[in-house]
Amino acid sequence: MAINRRRFIQAAGAGLSASALGFPAISRAQSGPIRVGLVTVKTGPLASGGIDMERALTQYLKERNYTMAGRKVELIVADSGGVAAQARTKIQELVERDKIHIMIGPLDTASALAADDYIRQAHLLTLSVAAAEDMTQRKPNPWFTRGTSTSSQSAMPLADYCAKTLKYKRMITIADDLAYGHEMCAGFQRVFEDAGGKIVQKLFSPLTVPDYGTYIAQLKTNVDGIFLGFAGSNGFRFFRQFNEYGLRGKIAVVGGMTAFDEAVLRNMGDEALGIITACWYSAEIENAINKRFVANFRVDWGYDPGFYAAATYVEAAVLDATLQKIHGKIEDKQAFMKAVRSIKVDTCRGPVRFDHLGNVVASVFIRKVERKDGRLVNRVIYTYPDVSQFWHYKESEFLKNPVYSRDWPPAKNLEP
Amino acid sequence: MRRPGLAVIAAFLLALPWFAGEYYVNLSSQILIAAVFAASLNLLVGYGGLPSLGHASWLGLAAYISAWMSLKLGVGHWVSAPVALLATTLVACAFGWISLRATGLGFLMITLALSQVLWGTAYRWVSVTDGDNGLRGLTRPAPFGIGLDDATSFYYFTLAIAAVAIVLMAMFVASPFGAALRGTRDQPRRMGALGHAVWTVRWITFVYSGFWGAVSGLLFVYYNKYIHPASLSITSSAEALLGVVAGGSGTLAGPIVGAAIIMLLKNYVSAYIERWNMLMGFVFVLIVIFMPEGVVPGVRRLLRRFRGGGAG
Amino acid sequence: MQYWIIQTLNSLALGGLLFLLAAGFSLIFGLMRIANLTHGSLYMLGAYVGVTVLKFVPNLWLAALIGGAVIAVFGGLIERFILRALAGNALGQVLVTLGISFIVADFCLIVWGGDPIPVPTPPALQQPLRLGDVSFPTYRLVVLAIAIVTATALYLLMERTRIGAMIRAGVDDMQMARAVGIPVSKLFTTVFCLGAALAGAGGIIGGPIMSAYPGLDADMLPLALIVVMLGGVGSLLGAFVGSFLIGAIYTFGTALLPDLAYVILFLPMIVVIAFRPRGLFGRQTV
Repeated sequence: MAINRRRFIQAAGAGLSASALGFPAISRAQSGPIRVGLVTVKTGPLASGGIDMERALTQYLKERNYTMAGRKVELIVADSGGVAAQARTKIQELVERDKIHIMIGPLDTASALAADDYIRQAHLLTLSVAAAEDMTQRKPNPWFTRGTSTSSQSAMPLADYCAKTLKYKRMITIADDLAYGHEMCAGFQRVFEDAGGKIVQKLFSPLTVPDYGTYIAQLKTNVDGIFLGFAGSNGFRFFRQFNEYGLRGKIAVVGGMTAFDEAVLRNMGDEALGIITACWYSAEIENAINKRFVANFRVDWGYDPGFYAAATYVEAAVLDATLQKIHGKIEDKQAFMKAVRSIKVDTCRGPVRFDHLGNVVASVFIRKVERKDGRLVNRVIYTYPDVSQFWHYKESEFLKNPVYSRDWPPAKNLEP
Repeated sequence: MRRPGLAVIAAFLLALPWFAGEYYVNLSSQILIAAVFAASLNLLVGYGGLPSLGHASWLGLAAYISAWMSLKLGVGHWVSAPVALLATTLVACAFGWISLRATGLGFLMITLALSQVLWGTAYRWVSVTDGDNGLRGLTRPAPFGIGLDDATSFYYFTLAIAAVAIVLMAMFVASPFGAALRGTRDQPRRMGALGHAVWTVRWITFVYSGFWGAVSGLLFVYYNKYIHPASLSITSSAEALLGVVAGGSGTLAGPIVGAAIIMLLKNYVSAYIERWNMLMGFVFVLIVIFMPEGVVPGVRRLLRRFRGGGAG
Repeated sequence: MQYWIIQTLNSLALGGLLFLLAAGFSLIFGLMRIANLTHGSLYMLGAYVGVTVLKFVPNLWLAALIGGAVIAVFGGLIERFILRALAGNALGQVLVTLGISFIVADFCLIVWGGDPIPVPTPPALQQPLRLGDVSFPTYRLVVLAIAIVTATALYLLMERTRIGAMIRAGVDDMQMARAVGIPVSKLFTTVFCLGAALAGAGGIIGGPIMSAYPGLDADMLPLALIVVMLGGVGSLLGAFVGSFLIGAIYTFGTALLPDLAYVILFLPMIVVIAFRPRGLFGRQTV
């Protein structure tokens, strides 16, 4: 148990003064530190990603001596445990007790959806890692900006690649039984079937199911490939059992942006070689910012950064650039939101910009697992540049349809 | 409890929003909800001698029914609240019938199992409950047109309901029925020989306890505007039971104090000490071993000793 | 056809794993009248301890033995110093085991972190077994075999040894057993250690299938509970039959009716308790 004395004293002081005197934040803190709240997950199946989020963000801040746009930055980290209700509570605590100016996170879609109305009510500036689609689509949250990807934004290009380049005709999708998994598989299915393919089986497993045996037993074997929409370490666990049931080599495996993240890849062996995934990031991306990021991360932690680490590193860069533009006046929330939706920033994933709903528009990479210098890496084999959350569909049409879910678009080609 | 003591507490509670910040007002609302929840459990545990590890069932069931009706049927709170309370009470009737096939440990295990059924159903019946995503985008009721979205209004709303709940529960305990209940706890065989329908007394208490658990469930979902299967988990029931046991299960004030302690530990301390569950476990173990009658009776005992003379 | 074969084998493997967990729980509940809510945490702790042991001793079976021994000692300490202090206070004992389960769970979190840790399958057993058209993980069949061997060993212990006779006497009628001179305190500690050892070893043996992750205890404990209450408290046969029954219900239920998987799981137990409170093979009411 760690008792953080510094935080205790600070928070006790802040709590007492804030509650007793109720000074408006703006006049008091114009030149005080910028308080950034990181809402992440440090326990459960999503923990490996959540821990990476903290590590990368801390690295970014350390590299800049905890200063952005001339003001000191104070980082407060909250663990939601991957439970959406707890995330909501933690976010409320961060806002009401720790008085953060801006939140980075949350990690998982369910937590973002649960906190949606609170974010609106509290006017909480949010730089999200979570992929919840409708928060930048049909029910756009005016304080919400996402620098990573919607659930399907990286899956739709992959479906295109599977259909057109890999020439798969029949596929299965399996993912965690959460909004994130539903949205991702729905997007994959839509693009795959629009390109002439057929999704013949759709499976969803609970996030914390201990054993995938019953699901693997249900898989049809007369397919070209299986798409894994898992998050955290579930992709790895599923794949391992998939091999144990002798299915390796019988069905090709492709993964979504979180199925074979660098954080779990380091625990895998030769059985992972050749797996194709799509993501908005790879540690192998060749640009100067990324090279430095990856090198420093590897020195500190001994493995390559992946999706979750890059997520907070990108969000931090976005925050930094936006703060520069508004001269550090984060208390002016309207100015912040206007600035963040109009900037273009160079980050470790390449150049990013945002659409008018707050979602990122940037490249998506198709990657293949290969061995380099004795470790497994996600080598970039193809790049789809300038991918938006709508893929090639027209925005107005896209938004007229219901949000991607378990039931939409309806799966018409399922076989019993 | 002494009258002046009660008056002081009442004054403090009423005046709270005037001097405490938003965070503390919200925390107080949460404590009140937990207090009602624990007090309802105490009817069974303390006065009935029937320990239950499934009390979260009522909170979760009422919360989910209310949430589902608002979201999927679009009805207003003045419809969904009574329906949720009624439905949960009916389920309590059924669960009570099953659980009371045993007493003591067996009863505990069955309440736990039944609660797990609800938990598992909330998790897996995704088409109804949206599973792990929980049900979100809920609203708070606006009784007589008064909005409850800000911390202070909701606090007074909760305070009013909690006060009514506790007063009614106190009346229940003080009534002849309450005396019969305590009789079945202490001397079930003698009570049976005297002609009391022991099973019926227990069953009625079970249902009544479930009803107030449902009330706390509605308050819970109104406060959070969100419900998730985790609220139906063993941990949720365990926290309530811990609150009751820690505070003192044989008294009315005990569970309230206990629930307050648990809530404070959980919300306030968890920011500074990361491992809340471990702390809760230690508190559980220490209280059960060293202060098994709970904090309130323990403190009363100490006070009596200080006042002079009386054996504890 | 292939699907049914694989699912049946899955249920048998799960049943075997459940037996390792439930047997100990049943014995403890039956003999000592303690609903040991720490049991799931002991299973999880065994898995984690096994993971650490594997770093130094890369042999799963040795790790299981060592892990089981460590958990047995830990269980013995709990019984001797905490549970015994609450003798006669059944509710207190349950609450204390609940509290200890929280402590153990968080302890595992602190020591091993929040990230699920995969346990490697022994290399010799990594290749799937091919029976005609059907491939099945070899390791799961080995787990099944281990469960059967353990069940047999326990049966022999209970039926053919003095200690077994003493345990059975205690389960049937504690007061008479005391009157006849059976050293009840020592017996209690022995049984608790045995139950803990089974749970702990079970945790690491189940590791290659389930991994070691936070929440493993909460996933396994309800299953043990159902098995024991369905099969009958204190009955080894009940634990055995119950385990495979529940293994089958869970496996097929999750596949056929995923939305109601939990209801299906608990329903048999609830029905049995409602109409036959002692469970299928139990000799005392719950």
